[in-house]
Amino acid sequence: MKAQTTGNARGRQLASAAHWHPLEILFWLAAFASYYLLPSKHLILTEIAILALFALSLDLILGYAGIVSLGHAAFFGFGAYVAGLLAKHQIVTEPLFALVVAGMAAMLLGFVTSFLVLRGSDLTRIMVTLGVALVLREIANRYAWLTGGADGLQGVSIEPLLGLFRFDMFGRTAHAYALMVLFVLFVLARRIAHSAFGLSLRAIKANALRATAVGVPVNTRLIIVYTIAAFYAGVAGALLTQTTAFSSLDVFSFERSADLLLVLIIGGTGYLYGGLIGAIVFKLMQDYLSALTPQYWPFWIGLVLVLIVLVGRERFSNWTLPVRRLAARLDRRASRAGRVTAEGR
Amino acid sequence: MVLALQTLDLDKRFGGIVAANGVSLRVEKGARHALIGPNGAGKTTLVNLLTGLLQPTSGRILLDGQDVTHLQPHKRVKRGLTRTFQINQLFSDLTPLETVGLAVSERRGLGGNWWRLVGSRPELASEVVGILERFGLADVLNERTATLPYGKQRLLEIALAIASQPSVLLLDEPAAGVPEDERHAILGIVGSLPKDVTVLLIEHDMDLVFKFATWISVLVNGALFVEGRPEAIARDLRVREVYLGETAHA
Repeated sequence: MKAQTTGNARGRQLASAAHWHPLEILFWLAAFASYYLLPSKHLILTEIAILALFALSLDLILGYAGIVSLGHAAFFGFGAYVAGLLAKHQIVTEPLFALVVAGMAAMLLGFVTSFLVLRGSDLTRIMVTLGVALVLREIANRYAWLTGGADGLQGVSIEPLLGLFRFDMFGRTAHAYALMVLFVLFVLARRIAHSAFGLSLRAIKANALRATAVGVPVNTRLIIVYTIAAFYAGVAGALLTQTTAFSSLDVFSFERSADLLLVLIIGGTGYLYGGLIGAIVFKLMQDYLSALTPQYWPFWIGLVLVLIVLVGRERFSNWTLPVRRLAARLDRRASRAGRVTAEGR
Repeated sequence: MVLALQTLDLDKRFGGIVAANGVSLRVEKGARHALIGPNGAGKTTLVNLLTGLLQPTSGRILLDGQDVTHLQPHKRVKRGLTRTFQINQLFSDLTPLETVGLAVSERRGLGGNWWRLVGSRPELASEVVGILERFGLADVLNERTATLPYGKQRLLEIALAIASQPSVLLLDEPAAGVPEDERHAILGIVGSLPKDVTVLLIEHDMDLVFKFATWISVLVNGALFVEGRPEAIARDLRVREVYLGETAHA
C-alpha cells in the first residue's frame, strides 16, 4: 500500500512540469502590465505579440516535433490574406470570428501540405517548406484582381471587435486584442506540449525509429502538429491584417520565415517561451538598431546572432542561474505552502 | 502447437546481396526461442523484417496466424509484437519516467490525447513507476536519459519494450556490452517474464543462449541452417564449424 502511494507521488512528477512556475506567472503579469505602463508603445508591443504567436507556431513543429521549416510564412501569409478578404468583401465582419476562420483556412492548408514534410531529411523539408511559401506568394502576385498583387490588399476596413471595441489610431484595442489572443493560444499550446500527445512529439523528435517501435503512429502525429501549427501561424497573420487594416505580398516573404528562425534561435526552442522571449529581443533590437543606423541595422543583428551561437546558450543560461535558483526556491516554498493548506483541510 | 510468429519463405535482397533467403521460421506460443548465427548472418535484418522496418522482397509474415507482412510497424506493436534494439535506441532528452510513461500511454491508446497530462492518471503513473522499480531505475527517474550510465540505459531499453506488454518479444542482443551486475538484472527480468509471453532472443553470447532457450534456430548467410533443442545444437558439428570458423577469423 505504501509502495503504491509513493509510486503515485512519483508518477505525478510526470505531470509536475505542467504546474505554472512563478517566473511564468511573472512573465504574463509583465506582459499584461505593459498595456498600462507603456501607453506610447502599443504599436511595437502589438507587433511583438504577433511575432511571438508566429514564433510559438514554429516552436510547436521545430522545438517539439523537430520539423525544420524555412517557409512558415506560407501559413502566416495565407491567414493574413484570408482575414483581409473576409473583411474587405464583408464576408465575416466580426474580427474575432474572422480570425478563427482565417486560422482554420491556414489550418486546412497546413493539413494538405503536411504530407509533403513527412518524408525526407531536414534539407528536403527546408526546400519543400520554402517552395510552398514561394508558390503562394506568386499566386497572390498573379491574381491581382483578388489580392491587389504587388500593391497589396487595400480597402480593408475592420469592424469593431465583438461589435464593441473600435480599432483606434493609438493601437490600444489592437494591443489588447493581440495580447489576449496570444495568451489564450499560448495556454492551449502549453497544455498540448505537456499532454501525452506532446510527449510523443518529443519522443519522435529525439528518435523517430524508437517512437515507432513503442507504437507511436509517427506520421499521424506529425500531420496533427503541423496542422495545429499552421492554425497558429494563420491566426498570427490574420492578426497582422486586422491590426493594420492592410496586407501585402511580404507576408509570404522568405525574410519573414528566416527572421522567424532567428527569433527562435535567439529565444531557444522546445520550452514555448523561446519564441516569446525571442520575439521581444528581436523586435526591440530591430527597433533600436534601425533608429540608430537606418541602413545598416541588419549588420548588428547578424553580429548578435553570431555571438549567440559562439557563446552558446548553455553559457547564457549559466549567467541567469542565480535568477533561476531564486525562482526554484520560491516555487518550492509555494508548493510547500500549498501542501500544508491541502493537508490542513 | 500454436504459432505466435511465423514466416513463410521470407526473402530480402539489397541489390545483389541476399540478406534473408527463404526463411521459414516458426516460433511457438510461449516459446523461449533463440536465434543465433555468426556476424552478418542476417539476424538483425530478420528482426527488421519481422517488426516492419524493412519490407521483404517476397514471402509472408504471420503474427498469431494473421498476415502482417504489409502492416505498418506501429500497428504491429499494437498487435503485441515488440522489440529491443541491439544498439540502444532511446530518447536522449526524455527522462526514464517520461520514456516509460510514453510507452504505457501509447499502449493504453492515450498517446493521441492532446489535453490530458500523462501523469494525471494515478493507475498509469503507478504502473510506470512499478516498471522502473523492477528495472532498478527508480533512483534515476528524473535524470535525462543521455546522462545515464550505459548499463542503466540498457535496462531502460528493455524496460521500454516490456512497458508495451508484448505477447511476442524480440530481444536483439539484450546483454551486449552490459556490465556484470546489470547483466544479471536483465537475465533475471527476461527469465521472469510471464509464460505466455513468447520470446525470440537474438544473441551472440552462447552461455546466455543455452541458459535461456528451449529451442534454437541457427541462421547462416541469411538462411535457416539448422534448428533443434539446445543439446542437439550444442552437439551439432556443422554449427560448431560455422562458429569456430567465425571465431578463428575474429
